[in-house]
Order: sequence, then C-alpha cells, then structure tokens
Amino acid sequence: MEELVNLFHGFAVALQPFNIMVMVLGIVLGVIIGVLPGLGGANGVAILLPLTFSMPPTSAIIMLSCIYWGALFGGAITSILFNIPGEPWSVATTFDGYPMAQKGKAGEALTAAFTSSFVGALFAVIMITLVAPLVASFALRFGPAEKFAVYFLAFCSFVGLSKEPPFKTIAAMMIGFALAAVGLDSITGQLRLTFGSTELLNGFDFLIAVIGLFGIGEILLTMEEGLAFRGGKAKIDLRVVLQTWKEMPQYWVTSLRSCLIGCWMGITPAGATPASFMSYGIAKRVSKNGHNFGKGEVEGVVAPETAAHAAGTAALLPMLSLGVPGSPTAAVLLGGLLIWGLQPGPMLFVEQKEFVWGLIASMYLGNLVGLIVVLTCVPIFAAILRVPFSIIAPLILVLCAIGAYSVHSSTFDVVLMLVFGVVGYLLKKCNYPLAPLVLAIVLGDKAEEAFRQSLLGSQGSLGVFFSNSLVGTIMVLGLIALFWSAIQEGYSRLRPHSVA
Amino acid sequence: MKHSVLHTALAAIAIFGAGNMTASAAWEPVRPVEFIVPAGTGGGADQMARTIQGIVTKHSLMKQPMVVINKSGGAGGEGFLDVKGSGNNPHKIIITLSNLFTTPLATGIPFSWKDMTPVAMLALDEFVLWVNAEKPYTTVKDYVDAVKQAPAGGMKMGGTGSKQEDQIITVALEKATGTKFTYIPYKGGGEVAVQLVGNHVDSTVNNPIEAVAQWRGGKLRPLCVFDGKQMAYDEVVADGKGWKDIPTCKSQGLDIEYLMLRGIFMSPKATKDQVEYYVELFKKVRATPEWQDFMKSGAFNTTFLTGPEYAKWVETEEKRHETLMKEAGFLATPGN
Repeated sequence: MEELVNLFHGFAVALQPFNIMVMVLGIVLGVIIGVLPGLGGANGVAILLPLTFSMPPTSAIIMLSCIYWGALFGGAITSILFNIPGEPWSVATTFDGYPMAQKGKAGEALTAAFTSSFVGALFAVIMITLVAPLVASFALRFGPAEKFAVYFLAFCSFVGLSKEPPFKTIAAMMIGFALAAVGLDSITGQLRLTFGSTELLNGFDFLIAVIGLFGIGEILLTMEEGLAFRGGKAKIDLRVVLQTWKEMPQYWVTSLRSCLIGCWMGITPAGATPASFMSYGIAKRVSKNGHNFGKGEVEGVVAPETAAHAAGTAALLPMLSLGVPGSPTAAVLLGGLLIWGLQPGPMLFVEQKEFVWGLIASMYLGNLVGLIVVLTCVPIFAAILRVPFSIIAPLILVLCAIGAYSVHSSTFDVVLMLVFGVVGYLLKKCNYPLAPLVLAIVLGDKAEEAFRQSLLGSQGSLGVFFSNSLVGTIMVLGLIALFWSAIQEGYSRLRPHSVA
Repeated sequence: MKHSVLHTALAAIAIFGAGNMTASAAWEPVRPVEFIVPAGTGGGADQMARTIQGIVTKHSLMKQPMVVINKSGGAGGEGFLDVKGSGNNPHKIIITLSNLFTTPLATGIPFSWKDMTPVAMLALDEFVLWVNAEKPYTTVKDYVDAVKQAPAGGMKMGGTGSKQEDQIITVALEKATGTKFTYIPYKGGGEVAVQLVGNHVDSTVNNPIEAVAQWRGGKLRPLCVFDGKQMAYDEVVADGKGWKDIPTCKSQGLDIEYLMLRGIFMSPKATKDQVEYYVELFKKVRATPEWQDFMKSGAFNTTFLTGPEYAKWVETEEKRHETLMKEAGFLATPGN
C-alpha cells in the first residue's frame, strides 16, 4: 500500500507543467536519436546530459529517461521502413517488420511495434512499482556463470530453429564469433587479431556491422532488382492504427511471454538486445504462425519489440537499487545521478523517495506520451516509402554513413561499413542467414567473457555451470531449446498416430 | 593538512584572479573543445569528465562548448593514440587513469605519456580493500588470516580490467601476504562492487565512489585504504564511520600504497599559452562547490599539480608502473 501512496505522490511531481514539457521534449529528441542509426540512446543521452544540469534532479532524470523511451520507440522506425536497425535491440524487429513494409503494410508494422513497445514498458513499470526491492535482490544472484547461462540460452533459443541449412547457420555464426574476438581480450588484457593495426583496437563495433550488413546490403540488392521500391503502396491513413489494434489482442500469449523475457533479461542485467533476439526465437518456435516468421508476420514484430522495451525499462531497476546499469544508456544515466548528487544504491529508495517515485511515475506518463506522439506520426513515416527509390537511396546512404561515423567519430568506420555492406550482399546472394552472424557479433564477446570469468572462479571446472539450481535450470533450458527440433521429431516418431 | 591549505589557497587565487586571467590569457579556444575519455561511459574517468563538462557549462567558464567523447577501445589505447596523432590541435584534451601507463606496457601499443603535453593533475583516486559485510572479518588481520588459510587461489579477487591498477594491487597483496588470489577481471567498477555484494568474489579494491552506495546500504565493509595517510573526509557515511576512520593498509601490516592519477593531458605540440589556458580553466573548475561536492562523494585525494612538478610526478609513476608490471609478468610479449 505504501508503494501506491508513494506512486500517487510521484504522479503529482511528474504532472507539474514544467515536467510535462520536458517529457514531451525528451520523447521527441529521443525519437530523432533512435531514428539516426549509430547515434544511439547512450550517445544521445550523453550528449544531452549537460543540458539538464541546470534543472532540478527530478525534472532532469524525467527528461533523460524520456529521451531513452523515445530512442526505444524510434529504433523501430528505420528497421521497419529501410531494414536499418537504429538501435541494436531493433535488429530482430527487421526480420518481420521489413518484409511487412515491402508488402505495403508498413503502417501495420509500425503500429504493432509501437503498441508492443508500450505494452512491454508498461508491464515492466508495473513490476518495478510492485516488487522493486524483491526483484533487485534477485539480480545479486547473477555471477559470471549465471550470466553465461543466460547468453547460452539466448544463442540456443535462436539457433535451433533456423530454417536455413544448419551448416550455413553455423558458418555464419562462426564468422560472427571471429569478428567479435577482434580487439582487446578483456581477460588477459592483450590485443587479439588486430595485426598491428591501431584502427582495429576497438574490434568490430556491432552497430557498424549491422548498418553495413542490413542497410547497405539491402540498397545493393534493391539496385540489382531494378531500383524498384516495394513499399510504395503503403496506406497512409490513421485508421490503420485502429485496424491493427483490433488484431493485436490475439497475440496476447506472445505478448505476455515477451514481457516476462524482457523483464527478466533487463534485471539480470543482460539487456534489451539479447531479450529481443530470445523473444523472437522462442515466439518463432512455439507460435502456430511460426513457419511464417521472416515473411512479414505481425507476431514477429510484437515479440522482439515487447521484450526489448520491457528489458529497457526493467534495466533501470538494477541501476537505481544496486548502482549497476543494465544497459549502456542506463550507465550514462547513472553518471547523471552522481552529478546531481544522488547516490544510486540500496539507500536511494529510502532517502530520495520523491526522486525515485517521480521517476517511476514519469515512466508511466512518458511511455503514454511517447505512444501518442509516435502513433500520430505513423502515416508520415509510412509516407516516406512513397518517395521514389532514386531519391531515398542516396539519403539512406548518407544517413548510414553519418550513423557509422558517429559511433566512434572515425572515418575508418565508414569504410568498414561499406565493406560490411558488400559482405552482407554476398552472403544474402549465397543464402547465408545474417541473423546468427549478427547475434554472434553482439553477444559473442560478452558470452566469452562470462565463460572465462566463470572458469577462472571455478579453477577450470565446467561443473560451475550446474553448481546451483539457478544456473543449472537456465543451462538445461538452453540445451532443450538447442535440441528442440530433435526432441520434437523423436516424440512424433514415438507416437506417429497422434500427430495431426 | 598541507593539501587542504594548498587547495583553499588555489581556490582563492582562482576566484580572485578569474576576471584578470581571462582577460590577459593570450590564447582561447576558437572551436568546440573535445574532451576525450579513454574509457567507457559510466566509469570513474567518464563521471569526472562529465562532471567537469557540467561545471564548465553551468558556470560559463568557456566561450566554446566542451564535448565529451569516449574512446575506450584497446583499454583506452584508442583515445591516447587519437591525442598523440592530433599534432598541434589545441582543441583536444584527455583525462587519464592508470591506463596511461598500463595500456602501453601490457598491450605494446606504440604510445607513451611523453607523446602528449601534460596540463594538470586534478585529483588522485584512492583504493580501498572491501569485503562483504556478511563475512566475519572486521580487520585486515582477520582477512589476511582467512586468505592464508584458504588453499592457493581459493580466494577470489574481483577487479576492473586485466593487467590494470586493480590487478597490480592484487599482485602487491599477494607479495605482501605470501598468498595467491584468483583474480577475476570485470568490465566496470560498479559491476565489481555488486559481484562482491552477491558473494561471487571474496574481496575487491574498488575506488570509494564505486562502492560507497553499497557501504551505506550495509552490504560492504571497508578494511583499509592503500594510501600513505587516512582520507580527509570525516563526515559519517555508514555505521557511525566516515572515510577518515578507515585505517591505512600500511598501519595494518600491508605495506602497499597505490593512488590513481586523474589528470589532464593535451595535444603533443600545444604551446605554452594553450597549456596555461587549460590550467586556469581547471583552477576555476576546482573552485566551484559542485567540484568540491564531487570530491567529497568520491573521497578523492585533491592534490593539484601543474607544469614541471606534474611532469615529474608522472615520470616517477611511469617508472614505478614499469617495475610493478615487470615483477608481475604483465609486460607485453615481443611480437604482439
């Protein structure tokens, strides 16, 4: 009950006119940041952080967290329209969002994405409101072994289901792992596979690879196919929002599952990107529409978007209560808290009630404001697809180049992006799946780090991955996911008559 | 005591001299100034850089904007090489941590602090030995006894990065106690502190600012500080104790001292006027109440050095790191 009283007090804080103003401003800035590939929520928040130093801390964090929500919403827009994920967690959204746009259903895809984002965030905020202290202590149980188990599960739930020939999937994934290994080896502190090149110190940034593989690769493919832009028939009418909403309730199971996956991954804190991949993978496996995934299925947009937004929201909880950021953006927000003289950690909820509950209340309101802002813009976004390809393609190219440059302010990255573009084109031509490659680049080094940390701690014994019920359960779930098709097949052979 | 006198004196000079000095300064930035952080977002160096950026913006200390840029690749090597290659560009400054010394030594990246122009030492970051508050050890002696009783490598020390400051201290601890730790590297200091709260490691040497929240929350316990004297801040933090009440490790029989540089460097060919401009800028920053609050929250050692004294300090420290890293076997193998 005390929480509810605090929450209403929080609403009173968040609803002050000045705070509502910064909320709307934050959302709009966030959407812009999310749309520009490469700029990213973390960079965006970092750049705008100094703007907020003259504000009271509560208004400042409301503004910054609204930029964060805006970026989460905005990341979906370019993924769906141009197959260019604006944010790492939007990659899985391209798998079905872009095919939908190509079929002229960009409006539906955008509406589904925005609505799912809202649902995911709302679920996570309600969870934060009700069970914050309980959940925070759960995060403490995650050591390196548990973290590795989560990454393992993310890989397994995504890999076992691939429709492509298994060897091509494995080959693509191995290329991804090899690329992820370049740069500094964080366990030994030495450089790997850089061949003396100082440009490669940083390794291959995931965003550069994705902008190249997806964005540039897609433009090359379209050029080959005669410069036709297949999204031209997109409806540009606000009614599309209502029509999509009518369809949405039938996906409630996927939605709920994605919310749970998202919250869990946000708290642990593995983050929004693995959450979106895992949720997409599991939905593809268990949904009755699973065989249509990848061809433009609404459910394939709902699953990753819900999970990503739930994770993005839940990631703020470990930051506030433990001082551990669940995402890069949360890390920058954490820096902001310290600058305003607020010490995140176990005492924040006790000592800074007004701040914490003002922030939580702004999560409710910020997401609602965000949803309204982006939904009213759906027709405008969809209309972009009516612009002839010969005009839009150079614009996309420029956007990609700016995005790649802004990741590390380095021109080398722009060249690298073009190389990735050609690689992406070739891989698509040879029917190698890109998703496993991307998954391996984004999670490969994190999984490796957690694996080696675990083994250091256990002095080389693999038993550490089954040493307690938590890590053991996650590992077993991963193994089941990996061998799911084999298990299913075996089951249907045992009972050949009962299978429809 | 000497430091606080020095500090107050400098603050006074900065306040009184602010007007005159800007007027008489021969050089001023004409473009936005890039403030490079050779570490990731959210870490200690990043927090300090962004605090400075906030102070400069809020008090309008500079006519041009200051932009913080993270270049964390290759344990910070990316950022250092960027400044090294910036020639006489006076619009680029960098904040350093111990990776100024450790990164070139451990990775063989072609870089030394002499490839940049020293500007000023802003502060020194302390290191404290932390254990989980649930554990029975309340003194260094209890802890060292427990380490000695554990099988070799049975005690896990969590730290930030590999072959960097935390691991250097761990090796020094091993030498001082004649034991062996299993050192587990993590990406960031905050994560390390939480791993200790969750009992995934047995101890850490976190900087005060990284672990203070957990100390206040009653989750962690400080045992000693790796400094020659106790920290200056006597305000109560937790359990009726303040930073000042933490004994030095030396007084507890662990003869180890380690402080981390939080200093500023700039492009290699910067002129004297340009260096002078930034020295004055940072004097003004140090005089603000925001900076003093920040120093207090992180229990920083507020030593401020410029010019030849600063260069000399860096040189001594480089030699010391070379010896420490060599003894620990952390130097890059040829051919890397």
